Amino acid sequence: MAKINIKIEGVPYQVEEGLTILEAAKACGYEIPTLCAFNHGECNKGSCRVCLVEATGARGLVASCVYPINEGMEITISSPKAAAARRASVELLLSNHSMLCQTCDKNEKCELLHVARITGARDGMFQGTQTPVTVDEISPSIVRDTSKCVLCGRCVARCANAHGNGVIGFQNRGFRTIIGPAENRAFTDSPCILCGQCVNVCPTGALMEKSEISKVDEAFAAGKYVVVQTAPAVRAALGEEFGMKIGTPVTGKMVAALRRLGFKKVFDTNYAADLTIMEEATELLSRIKNGGALPMLTSCSPGWVNYAEVYYGDCLDHISSCKSPHEMQGAILKHYYAAKIGVNPEDMFVVSIMPCTAKKFEKERDALKTKGLADVDAVLTTRELGKLIKRSGINFTKLPDEEFDSDIIGEYTGAGVIFGVTGGVMEAALRTAYYVLTGEEHAEIKFEQVRGFDGIKEASFNLAGMEVNVAVAHGMKNAKVLMDEIRAGTSKYHFIEVMGCPGGCINGGGQPYVRECFLPNEDADIMDTYKEKRAQALYSEDERQTLRQSHNNPQIKALYDEFLGEPNSHLAHELLHTHYGARKPFPEKE
Amino acid sequence: MAHLNEAAVAKINEICDRYAEERTPLMMILSDIQKEYGYIPLEVQEIVSKRTGLSVSEIYGVVTFYSFFSLKPKGKYIVGVCLGTACYVKGAQQVIDKFSELLGIAPGETTEDGMFTIDALRCIGACGIAPAVSINGKVYPKVAVSAVKGIIDELRAEGGAN
Amino acid sequence: MFIKNFDELAKIQASCTTALSGKFSGEGNKRAIVLCGGTGCLSSNSADIKAKIEAKLEEKGLTDRVSVNLVGCFGFCSQGPFVKIYPEDTLYRLVTLDDVDEIIEKDIIGGEVVERLLYVDPSTLEKVTKQEDINFYKKQVRISLDGCGVINPEDINEALGAGAFAGLAKALQMDRADVIKEVLDSGLRGRGGGGFPTGRKWQFAYAQPDGEKYVVCNGDEGDPGAFMDRSILEGNPLAVIEGMAIAGYAIGAQNGYFYVRAEYPIAVNRLRLAIKQAEEVGLLGDNILGTDFSFRAHIRLGAGAFVCGEETALLNSIEGQRGMPRPRPPFPAVKGLWECPTIVNNVESLACVPYILRNGAEKFAQYGTEKSKGTKVFALGGKVNNVGLVEIPMGTTLRELIYDIGGGIPDGKKFKAIQTGGPSGGCLTEKDLDVAIDFDSLVAKGSMMGSGGAIVMDEDNCMVDVAKFYMEFICDESCGKCTPCRVGTKRLLEYLEKICDGKATMQDLEELEALAETIKAGSLCALGQTAANPVLSTLKSFRDEYIAHIVDKKCPAKVCKNLMSYAIDPDKCVGCGLCERQCPVSAIIKTDYVAPGHKLPSRKILDDKCIKCGLCMSSCKKFNAIEKK
Repeated sequence: MAKINIKIEGVPYQVEEGLTILEAAKACGYEIPTLCAFNHGECNKGSCRVCLVEATGARGLVASCVYPINEGMEITISSPKAAAARRASVELLLSNHSMLCQTCDKNEKCELLHVARITGARDGMFQGTQTPVTVDEISPSIVRDTSKCVLCGRCVARCANAHGNGVIGFQNRGFRTIIGPAENRAFTDSPCILCGQCVNVCPTGALMEKSEISKVDEAFAAGKYVVVQTAPAVRAALGEEFGMKIGTPVTGKMVAALRRLGFKKVFDTNYAADLTIMEEATELLSRIKNGGALPMLTSCSPGWVNYAEVYYGDCLDHISSCKSPHEMQGAILKHYYAAKIGVNPEDMFVVSIMPCTAKKFEKERDALKTKGLADVDAVLTTRELGKLIKRSGINFTKLPDEEFDSDIIGEYTGAGVIFGVTGGVMEAALRTAYYVLTGEEHAEIKFEQVRGFDGIKEASFNLAGMEVNVAVAHGMKNAKVLMDEIRAGTSKYHFIEVMGCPGGCINGGGQPYVRECFLPNEDADIMDTYKEKRAQALYSEDERQTLRQSHNNPQIKALYDEFLGEPNSHLAHELLHTHYGARKPFPEKE
Repeated sequence: MAHLNEAAVAKINEICDRYAEERTPLMMILSDIQKEYGYIPLEVQEIVSKRTGLSVSEIYGVVTFYSFFSLKPKGKYIVGVCLGTACYVKGAQQVIDKFSELLGIAPGETTEDGMFTIDALRCIGACGIAPAVSINGKVYPKVAVSAVKGIIDELRAEGGAN
Repeated sequence: MFIKNFDELAKIQASCTTALSGKFSGEGNKRAIVLCGGTGCLSSNSADIKAKIEAKLEEKGLTDRVSVNLVGCFGFCSQGPFVKIYPEDTLYRLVTLDDVDEIIEKDIIGGEVVERLLYVDPSTLEKVTKQEDINFYKKQVRISLDGCGVINPEDINEALGAGAFAGLAKALQMDRADVIKEVLDSGLRGRGGGGFPTGRKWQFAYAQPDGEKYVVCNGDEGDPGAFMDRSILEGNPLAVIEGMAIAGYAIGAQNGYFYVRAEYPIAVNRLRLAIKQAEEVGLLGDNILGTDFSFRAHIRLGAGAFVCGEETALLNSIEGQRGMPRPRPPFPAVKGLWECPTIVNNVESLACVPYILRNGAEKFAQYGTEKSKGTKVFALGGKVNNVGLVEIPMGTTLRELIYDIGGGIPDGKKFKAIQTGGPSGGCLTEKDLDVAIDFDSLVAKGSMMGSGGAIVMDEDNCMVDVAKFYMEFICDESCGKCTPCRVGTKRLLEYLEKICDGKATMQDLEELEALAETIKAGSLCALGQTAANPVLSTLKSFRDEYIAHIVDKKCPAKVCKNLMSYAIDPDKCVGCGLCERQCPVSAIIKTDYVAPGHKLPSRKILDDKCIKCGLCMSSCKKFNAIEKK
C-alpha cells in the first residue's frame, strides 16, 4: 500500500493511503475519542460526532471515523473549536441519557462515560425532555433499555452481519429514533435468538445480559447445595475481566475463584461435552444407518436452536435431539450424582457459567426439565462471573491454580474443550465417530479442515469406507445458506455443526467486552485477532490433555456402564435428549 | 391485529410483483400498499420481507421513518392542515387547533368512529391560498377558523350517507 | 409518430411550432381558451371551470371554433384561477364557475372583454387586460418556467412546438465534454440550495470510468413555502426530462431517476405521461434520434421526509432505506446510486439545461451577476400582496422582488423581514432590501438562496416565534442520525419555547447561541449544518426581540400567547355580545359599564380564562374594540 504524507498537530507522518483520519491518527499514536466507530465500520457510520477534528481541505469539522486522509492533509485534533464540538456532542448525548451511572452494570466498561471523561463533558448541560423510553426486561437473556442508547448502530450492524436478517433496527425518526425489534416488541415476541452479539458491541448499558447474580445469592442464602459448571470458552476469556491479556487461559484460577465463592462443587461442562459427543455421534450413525433425517444438525448452541425454531420450523427433525452439554450435565448432576453423594436433587442448585446469553433462555425451556426439575437453575455469563469475583474481594490474578472436581463425574477430554470454538463440536464428533465405526483411533487427532473462521467450512471424510460429508457454520447468515439447501432437498451433507455466534462460543454474547479504548496494552489489531487468540487458548488446552477423544473419558464409560446402559438408551433419552417446536417470528399479541 | 384474508395476501403479492423488475423497490411497494389499504401493519411487512428478502426490522424502520406510511388505519377523511410557513403566518395553527377541538383528537390521531384523521402537513405548495387544508386530496383554500365546523359537518353528512 | 433522426425532429418541430403559434395567433379564425392547471388553481376549481366552459361551448355549437385546455402554473397564485383567451391575450383572474356563462356569452360570442374579471393594479386601480402588462410579470424573465402557463403539459406536440428537444438534439451532435463545457460556461449553479456549479458536478461524474452511471433529478421539494419544482413538473415536464437526458449523455448515464414528493400527484401524473409520450416518439429509449445514446427515465416517489431533499439521503431512499444522509466523501458523483457514479440535480437546474444548449451558454449568462448567472425562481409568499411564483434574473434586488413584483405589504403594514432559503436560510431586513439577490450575496448577509422560498413578514410576526416555527419543522424532520441535529435541534427548540413562554434567562440565550454554533459546526449533512440558521439570523437582526421576551417578558409583535393578552376597549365596545358568543371558553362577560353613546353594557375579557385564540378580535372587525396588549 502506498504511503502518503500527512500532518497531525503540525507533526509530519507517513501513513498508509486509504485510511480514515481516525485510523491514521491511531497509527501515529493519537487517540481521538469516538463512540459510534467500531470494528471497521460495523456501526451507523459517522453518526455520533464525538470524533470531530479539523482537517485541511474540508469544510468545517469532519468526523474522523469516516473522513479519508489525503496527501498533504493537516489534521488538528486539539483546536478549541474541535474540542468544544466533541464535548458538545457528548453533552448532547448525555442530555438524552439516563444518568444512573452509579447503578449501571456497564459503568466500568461504558464508552460514553469514557468519552465524557476525555472530552470534559460538563454536568447537566442541555437539559430537556428525553426520547420516550422502552425498557424490555421480559426475556431471561437480554435487557434493552433505550434510555441508555446512543444510537451508534453497532448492535444493528452486528445483528445483520452475524445473522443476515437483522432483528433489531432503527425505528422512528429524529428525536424519537430508537433501536429495537419491529413494533418495538420485546425480544421474546420477535425473531430474536437471544445470542447477545448486540450486547457484546453496545458501548453503553442499553443492551445488557439479564443478571442472575441475585438468583445465585438467594440459592446460597436458602442453604441450597449449590454446584457450578463452566463452559469451555469461559476459561479462554475470563482473565480479560481482570486485565489479563486476551487469549490467556485461566482454568486453574477460575476453579480456585469458584471454590472461594462457596460453590460446593466446581465442574467442567466438558464432562458433558464428552457425553454429548457419545450421544450425538451415536445418533448420527443411527440416522445414517436407519435412514433418519439427514443431514443431522448439532443442537448445543441455544441461539441456533432458537433460530431454527423461528425460521426453519419445517426442518426441526434434522436437529439432533441431544440436549446441550450444560443441560446434560445438569440432568446427570441432579439425577445421578446427587444420589451418589446423598443430596436431595430438589436441594441441589446448578449454576452454569456460560459465554452465552441464550443459555439463560434455554434453561427455562419446559422441554429441559427432567422429572419436574429444571436441569440448570441459573446461568451466569463470563462477565457476570467476573463481577461476582470482584464483588467478593478475590484478587483473581493472584489465585493459585486449582483442579476441577472429578470425584464421580467431571473428568474431561480435549475433545470437550474445543467445543468452545467453531468447528470444535464437529472435530470432537469426528474423533469419536471414527472410533465408533472402526474401533480404532483416527491417525490424526486434529481435523484441520473444520478449524478456522471461514463462515462455512466443509469437508469429506472416509470413515471406515463410509463417505461422510460435513459442514460447519457459525452466525445465522451462514447457517441460512445450509438450511435453505436442506429445505430445498439439495443438501449433500450428513452432519452439520452450527453455532449461533460468529466464531462460536469464544465470541459468545456473554463474553468480556473487547474494546480498544479499554485495552491500551493489546495489539492495535486486537479487534481482528481476539477470536483467534481465544480459540488458541482452547486448542492449546486440548493439546495439553492426555485424553483427547470423548469415548476415552473413563467417567463417561463408567456412567454408561453403571447407569445409562449405552448411548441413546431409553434412560439416556429421558435425561439427555429433548425436542423442539416451530415458532412464529412475530407471535400475535393479545 | 386481524388476520389478513386471502384476497389481501394476493393483493400484496401482486403489488410486490409489479416491481419485480425494479432494483430496490421497497419504497414503491410500501407506497402502493399504503395507498391501497391506508396502512401497513406488521403482518403485511412480513409478506413484503419474504418477497424482498429484506428483514422485517429494516422494513419497519423504513415505514416508521417516512411520514406517509402509517402503521395504523387512518380515518375515512384525512384532514391535512398545511403548516407550511405561508399558512402558518396566516393562522394555520388555529385552524388545526380548531379541527382538534371539534373532533376531540390530536394531530396524527383518528376519531373512534374511523371517520377523521388529522394530519399536520408540511408545505403543500398552496401558499397562494393560505391557510390551506387538504382533505383526501381536495384542497380547501383560505380556511378560516370559523369555517372548520362547516367543513366537518359537510363531510360527516357525506361520509355518513354512503 | 416515431422520430428517427435529427432531420425528422427538425421537421416535426417546425410543423408543431407552426401549429402552436397558429393557436396563439388565432389562425383560421379560431380562438383558444387556456386555464391554469396548477395545483393551486385546480384546488380553486379550474378543472370544473374548464368542464363548464366545454359544456357551454358544446351547447352553443362552438367546439370547432374554440379550443380549451389546461396549461401549467401562471405563477400569480393569489389571483387564480386564471382563464386566458387567445389570440387577444385577455387574462381573466379569480374566475369562478359562476363567471363561465358571462365569459362565453360576452367575450367568446360577443367579442367584448369581461371587465370585472380583469386584474386591477392595486396602486393605480387601473384594469389590465394582458398578462404581460401586469406589474407582477414585468420584471420576470422565464427560463426554467418557460412554457409554464403557455403550453399544454400533457401534449408533447405543444412542447415540441415550443422548442423541446432541440437542446438534446444539439447536445447529441456535440462531444460529451463540450456539452459539459457549455453548461460550465453558462455559469449554471445548482438551484436546489447549495449553488454548486452544475457543470462541475457533471465533470466529476464524467471523469469516472465508463460503466453504470445515473442521473437523479431531485424533486423532493420540501422547503415550506417553495413550490417551483412542482410547478415546473406540472407545467413543462418535458423540459426537465430533456435536461435529464442531456445530463445523461454528458456524463455517460443510460438511466435517470426522478425522485418526486408523493404530495405532488398532479406533477407525478404529468411527468409519467410526458415520459410515456417521449418514449413513444423515440426521444427516450434506445438509440435516441438514431445515435448511440440510449436513455430511460424512471420515477420514484418520496414518502414524506424533508431530509430526502439532501442528495445522499435521497439516494438511500431510492435504495429503499431510511432517508439518512451518508457521510461524504465519497461524493455521489463518485459513488452514488447503487454505488455507481451519480449526479443529483434539482428540477429547476435541469429545466435550465435545454435552454442553455438550445440558445448557448452566453445567452443564459447574459442574465445574472458575476458569479450567479441566469435566473432564479422564487416562491413569494407570506405578508405580500402578490403571492406566487416569480422568475427573476439573478441580481434583482429584494426591494424589487417585494415591492415591484410582490406589490408590497398588504393592509398598510410595515415590512419586517423576508425569510429566504426555507428552514436552512435566514431572515433579511429593511437594511438588506437593496441587496442584489445571488447565491453569494445572500450568504454574505446571513441567509441563503435555498430552493427559492421567500416569505415576507410584517410587523405582526414575532421573530422568535418564526425561529421556533422553523425549529419545530427541523426537529420534526431531522432524520435522527447524527447527535447534534437529533438532540441539538430538540434542545434549541426547547430554549425557544422557554423564551416564547417568558421563562428563559439571559443565560439561556447565551447557551442557545453556543448550541446553535455547535450544531452548525458538528452536524453530518447540510440539513443539520444549516438547522440553526433561522435562530442565528433572527438573533443577528432581532436580538432585541429575544431580549424583550426574556427580560421584559413581552412579545413585541403580540404573538406569543404567554406574553400577550386581549383587551376590550370599553368605550369602543357597543355591547353587541358577538365576541361573548364566539368565545370558546366563556372568558368574556358583561360589565356594568355602558359607554357614552351606546345602549348596551360593554364586555370584558377574563384574563385567567382566556386562551388567546383571537376569535373575539376577529369577530369584532366592525367595531374594532378588541386589541392585543
